[in-house]
Amino acid sequence: MSLWLAGLALLLVKIGLVLFVVLTGAAYLVLAERKLLARFQLRLGPNRAGPLGIWQPLADALKLLMKEDTVPAGADRPLFLAAPAMSAATAMLIFAVVPFGDSLTIAGRPVPLVVADVSVGLLFVLALSSIGVYGVVLGGWASNSSFSLLGAIRGGAQMISYELPLALSLAPVVMLAGSFSLVDIVSAQAGCPFIVKQPAAFLIFCVSALAESKRLPFDLPEAENELMAGYHTEYSGMRFGLYFVGEYVNMIALGCLVAVFFLGGWRGPLLPPFVWLMLKAALVPLVLIWVRATLPRLRFDQLMHSSWKVLTPLALANILVTGGLMAALG
Amino acid sequence: MSVYGVLFYALGGLMLAATTLAVTSRSLVHAVVYLVNAFFATGLLFYLLGAPLLAAFEIIIYAGAIMVLFLFIVMLTRQDKPLAGGVSLMRWLLPGLTSLVSLAAGTALVFSGGATGVPLAPAMASPRDLGRALFSRWWLGVEIVSFLLLVALVGALYLGRAPREGAAAGKSPGDAP
Repeated sequence: MSLWLAGLALLLVKIGLVLFVVLTGAAYLVLAERKLLARFQLRLGPNRAGPLGIWQPLADALKLLMKEDTVPAGADRPLFLAAPAMSAATAMLIFAVVPFGDSLTIAGRPVPLVVADVSVGLLFVLALSSIGVYGVVLGGWASNSSFSLLGAIRGGAQMISYELPLALSLAPVVMLAGSFSLVDIVSAQAGCPFIVKQPAAFLIFCVSALAESKRLPFDLPEAENELMAGYHTEYSGMRFGLYFVGEYVNMIALGCLVAVFFLGGWRGPLLPPFVWLMLKAALVPLVLIWVRATLPRLRFDQLMHSSWKVLTPLALANILVTGGLMAALG
Repeated sequence: MSVYGVLFYALGGLMLAATTLAVTSRSLVHAVVYLVNAFFATGLLFYLLGAPLLAAFEIIIYAGAIMVLFLFIVMLTRQDKPLAGGVSLMRWLLPGLTSLVSLAAGTALVFSGGATGVPLAPAMASPRDLGRALFSRWWLGVEIVSFLLLVALVGALYLGRAPREGAAAGKSPGDAP
């Protein structure tokens, strides 16, 4: 019984630590994005709250929490209130299966540095990303506004379309690792990271994940110059904040997933594993910010075209080639 | 009752409640949301019974893809109004009868003794084992189902293709310009 209680306490501590790191990371990613975007546009960015603006995320969070939380007339109240939470929760849950390092030994027992080593971890991640669609679609529908509804329909179509190449691009990774578990996928890359063996899968995954995150150049669901703010037009205060948290946590999650699937996870020389994972995971959000400052938005037919006629066939061909090579080389 | 038993009945109750609400709900979007909840409970039930792969597929395919498409159609058509009048007694008759018969048969099956009192042995189907069983022992069924899906796909393509003459009017939004 005491062992069971200790296990539960350990689990809660792990969840608390992971959420603390991830949410702090998301808050400072917002600051990083504002600073970097400002630099790309020859501005200074936020620099008033504390030295170099480091307290800006706290000020933003305080502002969002203190704002009035309004529900528009004619909105579907329960769904309107619940939708932002679906968006944020699905993004945060991805971190349940991300391994942050090899197992530690505490009091003679091995403690794995992952919240849950699920045998179908990769499918767990894909399931969460497909559930994340509901936050967008239901939030937009429940707002009872044409802008929101259009944004929701676009978001649903886009996320469904890009889930297919996203999942197919990961099939060769599973074939090479021989397991769906993220812990096993990291250990399979002890010799050489999968980006060397699977460059095509890496590119397909990155593009699909970018589209899945609904950021520029794929931000049609919230295209501000046609749809005001798309699916979250009617949201205010911390409910809008939850959509925001969801988006930025999702960016960090994408970084972690790219690191785990293609860059060898927490493996690396000299530095501790956790630092390596964070360094690798920071690459993707920085590239996403850079892309946002550089590329214009796609048209909707171009968006659909690139998913169904380019990325999906490429991913299928990649699976065939990988399978053929694996069969030929034994 | 063990923890697993409690979870089993809780999930079963959730599935029943969610599907009942999905059938009786007046708003189509709410019905879809209730059905998604039922699929979640089904996925968890699969996980509880030792089939994590099936659980993941239940969530990805049914809750994550098919129900989003349902929602999509409901939102595109904006037919979110309950039917006026209600349904006549005659149309209730046949579904009501079949439901009664299956309910009676199910109840008889549960109380007829048999193997219902035996606790389920704890089992765990790893993704590898499940895939092996599916593609070596049940390959014919898998092939038949995939052929059926191919036929459905070709049918959808036939229905959705652009008309030959005056093609500009019937252009689907997914087409390249």
